[in-house]
Amino acid sequence: MSSNSFAYNEQSGGGEATELGQEATSTISPSGAFGLFSSDLKKNEDLKQMLESNKDSAKLDAMKRIVGMIAKGKNASELFPAVVKNVASKNIEIKKLVYVYLVRYAEEQQDLALLSISTFQRALKDPNQLIRASALRVLSSIRVPIIVPIMMLAIKEASADLSPYVRKNAAHAIQKLYSLDPEQKEMLIEVIEKLLKDKSTLVAGSVVMAFEEVCPDRIDLIHKNYRKLCNLLVDVEEWGQVVIIHMLTRYARTQFVSPWKEDDGLEDNEKNFYESDDEQKEKTDKRKKTYAMDPDHRLLIRNTKPLLQSRNAAVVMAVAQLYWHIAPKSETGIISKSVVRLLRSNREVQYIVLQNIATMSIQRKGMFEPYLKSFYVRSTDPTMIKTLKCYNFLTYVKSQDKQFAAATIQTIGRCATNISEVTDTCLNGLVCLLSNRDEIVVAESVVVIKKLLQMQPAQHGEIIKHMAKLLDSITVPVARASILWLIGENCERVPKIAPDVLRKMAKSFTSEDDLVKLQILNLGAKLYLTNSKQTKLLTQYILNLGKYDQNYDIRDRTRFIRQLIVPNEKSGALSKYAKKIFLAQKPAPLLESPFKDRDHFQLGTLSHTLNAKATGYLELSNWPEVAPDPSVRNVEVIELAKEWTPAGKAKKENSAKKFYSESEEEEDSSDSSSDSESGSGSESGEQGESGEEGDSSEDSSEDSSSGQESESGKFPSKNILWYIPQEKEKKTKQDRNPLTKDVSLLDLDDFNPVSTPVALPTPALSPSLIADLEGLNLSTSSSVISVSTPVFVPMKTHVLLHRMSGKGLAANYYFPRQPCIFGDKMVSVQITLNNTTDQKIENIHIGEKKLPIGMQMHVFNPIDSLEPEGSITVSMGIDFCDSTQTASFQLCTKDDCFNVNIQPPVGELLLPVAMSEKDFKKEQGKLTGMNETSAVIIAAPQNFTPSTILQKVVNVANVGAVPSGQDNIQRFAAKTVHSGSLMLVTVELKEGSTAQLIINTEKTVIGSVLLRELKPVLSQG
Amino acid sequence: MIHSLFLINCSGDIFLEKHWKSVVSQSVCDYFFEAQEKAADVENVPPVISTPHHYLISIYRDKLFFVSVIQTEVPPLFVIEFLHRVADTFQDYFGECSEAAIKDNVVIVYELLEEMLDNGFPLATESNILKELIKPPTILRSVVNSITGSSNVGDTLPTGQLSNIPWRRAGVKYTNNEAYFDVVEEIDAIIDKSGSTVFAEIQGVIDACIKLSGMPDLSLSFMNPRLLDDVSFHPCIRFKRWESERVLSFIPPDGNFRLISYRVSSQNLVAIPVYVKHNISFKENSSCGRFDITIGPKQNMGKTIEGITVTVHMPKVVLNMNLTPTQGNYTFDPVTKVLTWDVGKITPQKLPSLKGLVNLQSGAPKPEENPSLNIQFKIQQLAISGLKVNRLDMYGEKYKPFKGVKYVTKAGKFQVRT
Repeated sequence: MSSNSFAYNEQSGGGEATELGQEATSTISPSGAFGLFSSDLKKNEDLKQMLESNKDSAKLDAMKRIVGMIAKGKNASELFPAVVKNVASKNIEIKKLVYVYLVRYAEEQQDLALLSISTFQRALKDPNQLIRASALRVLSSIRVPIIVPIMMLAIKEASADLSPYVRKNAAHAIQKLYSLDPEQKEMLIEVIEKLLKDKSTLVAGSVVMAFEEVCPDRIDLIHKNYRKLCNLLVDVEEWGQVVIIHMLTRYARTQFVSPWKEDDGLEDNEKNFYESDDEQKEKTDKRKKTYAMDPDHRLLIRNTKPLLQSRNAAVVMAVAQLYWHIAPKSETGIISKSVVRLLRSNREVQYIVLQNIATMSIQRKGMFEPYLKSFYVRSTDPTMIKTLKCYNFLTYVKSQDKQFAAATIQTIGRCATNISEVTDTCLNGLVCLLSNRDEIVVAESVVVIKKLLQMQPAQHGEIIKHMAKLLDSITVPVARASILWLIGENCERVPKIAPDVLRKMAKSFTSEDDLVKLQILNLGAKLYLTNSKQTKLLTQYILNLGKYDQNYDIRDRTRFIRQLIVPNEKSGALSKYAKKIFLAQKPAPLLESPFKDRDHFQLGTLSHTLNAKATGYLELSNWPEVAPDPSVRNVEVIELAKEWTPAGKAKKENSAKKFYSESEEEEDSSDSSSDSESGSGSESGEQGESGEEGDSSEDSSEDSSSGQESESGKFPSKNILWYIPQEKEKKTKQDRNPLTKDVSLLDLDDFNPVSTPVALPTPALSPSLIADLEGLNLSTSSSVISVSTPVFVPMKTHVLLHRMSGKGLAANYYFPRQPCIFGDKMVSVQITLNNTTDQKIENIHIGEKKLPIGMQMHVFNPIDSLEPEGSITVSMGIDFCDSTQTASFQLCTKDDCFNVNIQPPVGELLLPVAMSEKDFKKEQGKLTGMNETSAVIIAAPQNFTPSTILQKVVNVANVGAVPSGQDNIQRFAAKTVHSGSLMLVTVELKEGSTAQLIINTEKTVIGSVLLRELKPVLSQG
Repeated sequence: MIHSLFLINCSGDIFLEKHWKSVVSQSVCDYFFEAQEKAADVENVPPVISTPHHYLISIYRDKLFFVSVIQTEVPPLFVIEFLHRVADTFQDYFGECSEAAIKDNVVIVYELLEEMLDNGFPLATESNILKELIKPPTILRSVVNSITGSSNVGDTLPTGQLSNIPWRRAGVKYTNNEAYFDVVEEIDAIIDKSGSTVFAEIQGVIDACIKLSGMPDLSLSFMNPRLLDDVSFHPCIRFKRWESERVLSFIPPDGNFRLISYRVSSQNLVAIPVYVKHNISFKENSSCGRFDITIGPKQNMGKTIEGITVTVHMPKVVLNMNLTPTQGNYTFDPVTKVLTWDVGKITPQKLPSLKGLVNLQSGAPKPEENPSLNIQFKIQQLAISGLKVNRLDMYGEKYKPFKGVKYVTKAGKFQVRT
């Protein structure tokens, strides 16, 4: 059939043939025969055709095959143009596969990838949250730097989405954008800050992940969310739990004081296990500084405990490391059971868990004792696991796996050194092993015995003799070297054997391993010194042999020893001490586990596993000496109340809740701030958490603190409940103190009469602060902005044609900011023409126009002549289509044509609009999300007077001021000339010489450009 | 987090790659191959390998390596758990997690991986959700798809991920509403030469198969919940209820899932249902040895022990074995030196035994230790720990579901030293 169609193709060719070809392929292999990909181009040609067909099934087929190619790592990038066309396909599966393709190749084909962007932008506004989310996901996965601003916008939009799922994807997108363009960090941190306040369990894990990636050092962002995170933790999905727990561990180490008592420091072990709690308390009480655990610290420890029962090993391990690093030592015991349970899991998990157990058990020896049996080794375990198991425990020497046996023996050695009572038993066991047939085992035993004997050499002459005999049979160099060393060291105790051994060794010297040779030399030297009669000649002989050895180490050693021990004139002084040098008491070696030095890494991390610092490893700080102010975490006032109220007082708590929300609402009604704020207020009333979704953290903290103020003022009997809030209040006030000094504009509406500081039971404010506040009150109330007066804007002229290039004709233009008389979609431009020559210039007119599509221009009437030194001003209208694209045209005279162009500043594409504050808010409400761009501006306070702001904004853009009821907010409104879309500019002053600039408009491009232009103007002095 | 994933088969071919961030070249796997060579045995490849620019974290499952590329610090268990979850998902979707299955369904695999990770961070790992997004392949569907040209991608979008119960979708409907629980216990034990128990513990799981319409809220209570002191839960279980009342209260996922797994470790609670009499000896300086094992029931609570298999890894010097079983069949693989004896049921009247001679390599020294016996068995209708389900209640829905509990005890890592 295929050959038939092929023949037909040849005959007729053309479009028909290709169609037939498609049919053929799609009918022959409907399910896409994977594995049949040939790399030749013809095949790809084929795919292209299928992609261009109008049948979904053919397209799908092609996409499936392409995905197959990607999966195999084959290059399919040349199909990019054909694939991208299908990005808007209606078929979900095709769409998905195109997404897969796009994400893989967009980086390589940036220009073409841009074609798909608009599809995603459209999808970002889809009513279905899943489509919004997946559009965001793909958009942010396309690693094309040009679209960074679009991604930023999309992330901001999505972070305020109603659907938590979309917000979760926004959190993921943050990391992607950050890795694409780290310069966006500041903006991204703002989004993170916003998302951290999110109360959805879905978002929590992802945003903490973004936090860890983008700004792990901004621990201050966590404070206010700490308790919420602790409380949500159980309900977060498991992967999020791991990340949050690791982050909170770090947090706890910086924010709380150590719960570990210093004197039992690292060696604390059994004591805590056997002492009852009371005893411990007594003990701590006696200490100078009594330690009381911060309730937040306790909260974290308590809330993570149930997670020890998670099915996910990573979660259990994360909790285990949290307990290990931040819980009081007496409480760490509970993790061992869960950790041991993980050992039943698959081999990889075992591997990691055992490593961690190794570290833990080295530091706190008693911890895993009850579970000793779980570490028993099975003959079916992989060697890797066996080795790990035995590092801590047992004695499976007879195993068939000899490598493993060797490791076991080393462990026995360590057991023996650490537990002195069992040394003898171990030694006996090891000596038995010496008769083992396997060399590795024997060798390992010898090495270990050597180490053990070195510690208590006195009583073990017998063993040494036995080992000397073994020397004949053992061939492993390390073991031989060890035996020789041992004999040399104890040569006085075995006077008969030692020379004999040396004799044997001298015989075989040349065939020995380097390591053994060195030890032979040592032995010789030692014997020479102790028993020179018998061994003098032998030693000389060996030294001679050594002198001509191939290895320079050995030659060096030989020379050194000869100089030292053989008396001659030169080295007289040294040789006296030779005996001391050689027979000095050697300190016993410490047998240490290879896991000893891992303890400085946070448990459960990659770095710990590798015992090397991995990229991005975050150091776990030491406990602070003094805890940082705990009140920074106080946001969730009701949460707190719950914690301190005994169970029986639930009712009271409720009432407190109500009071709280009432005062909140009161607060808001007295506060004439924007809608969004009051929204946050009512929500916080319901949720029992203070306005978390408010515009910014400063706002919400202010709200809540004043809420508390009124609270404590009205209901002094509830003081107990508000114990912490009051403390916090002090803090916020103190925080504010410095601010009030240099910010002349402060939103003082919050300080309504009920909440005046006088009502506080204890004066929390310093008199000077009160004075400050009063002064402020006056100054702010007296300042009134007259918004309706039109502001004079100095004319900014731009050069259209310089006289040098215009052969004496100069042209300048400016934007008069008046409605254009030629058409209501046009921007009026005035051009001033100057004749700088000494001749008349005739017939000045506009020649050929090269305008972008859609752009229109109304030209001025030709000027017949312009006298020398004369000038004339003409008007034109240009419809820029609300873009900052350049209008190019030719300015012609009778003889010449000059190419000139006009590029409008974005501010000139606007016309001011008169609007009331109410209308403004209404319109602003419609233009949120994607249509909103904002920036924070930092500038000296003197730049933030209403008149300067007005001046500056108006200088940049042709906008009209909107009368404002609030002193700290200034609003400007305009519409774009071409489409008449509203452009709303808001400047909101904040504390600490910052201001927020918000622009709401449908024309997001113009909006963001305007934002970019306004930002430097407003922030400069 | 997870940068890329490579799937590698036993012969070292990379047959699938997926990147979540920028593309990492396949050559990074060379470090893995190097480690694999060094390790000799596939089981001994270290799960974490450090290379100059990346870290490789791998798991070995069903003769496949899942090698993930990591660039920054991350808890290794996190990645390992996730990779296993990926393998579980493949298993769930294709019935097996093999190279062939993955290659046949490469598009579904890709779609799955795309949904499971976003930028290297897990997104949807619950099988309920995934199955809504991407329909698992069935023969019928693939036939229908090839005719109609429809696809595996779900038309309706999942709802579960968007709710507070991410593991369950809305609008589940069954004509027969049923809830079945399997209590499966495995005994892990090491019995020493003399027949005394060195170590024994029970690893139990409760697997559930729940097909209930709507949003049922179940609570499962036990006769003796005290047994369960070391438990890990499916995320759907409410911790607080368990802590306070020792009742498992949960809104179940739809379909099959593991509700809890638990461990009973105190040795006196663990009954050992079989005993083994053994006599294995190798004579010095002779090329043969004796092999004689007999299995008998012990503490079996009146139930029959069935499905008994004995596996012995004989020492390397063993050339062949010449045995006679009184019951069942035996095989000896001279290459791997594994002796397998398929016993079947134990009848107390006539205990099964396996006797005979062992041929050793002539001249080789006799093995210094006797091999240990790994035993498999199964007891139906019994949970060896004594765990019993008391009752299952359902709230939130009106219909009456069919309920059932099944108990099985199996041998886990049950080893007798000889």
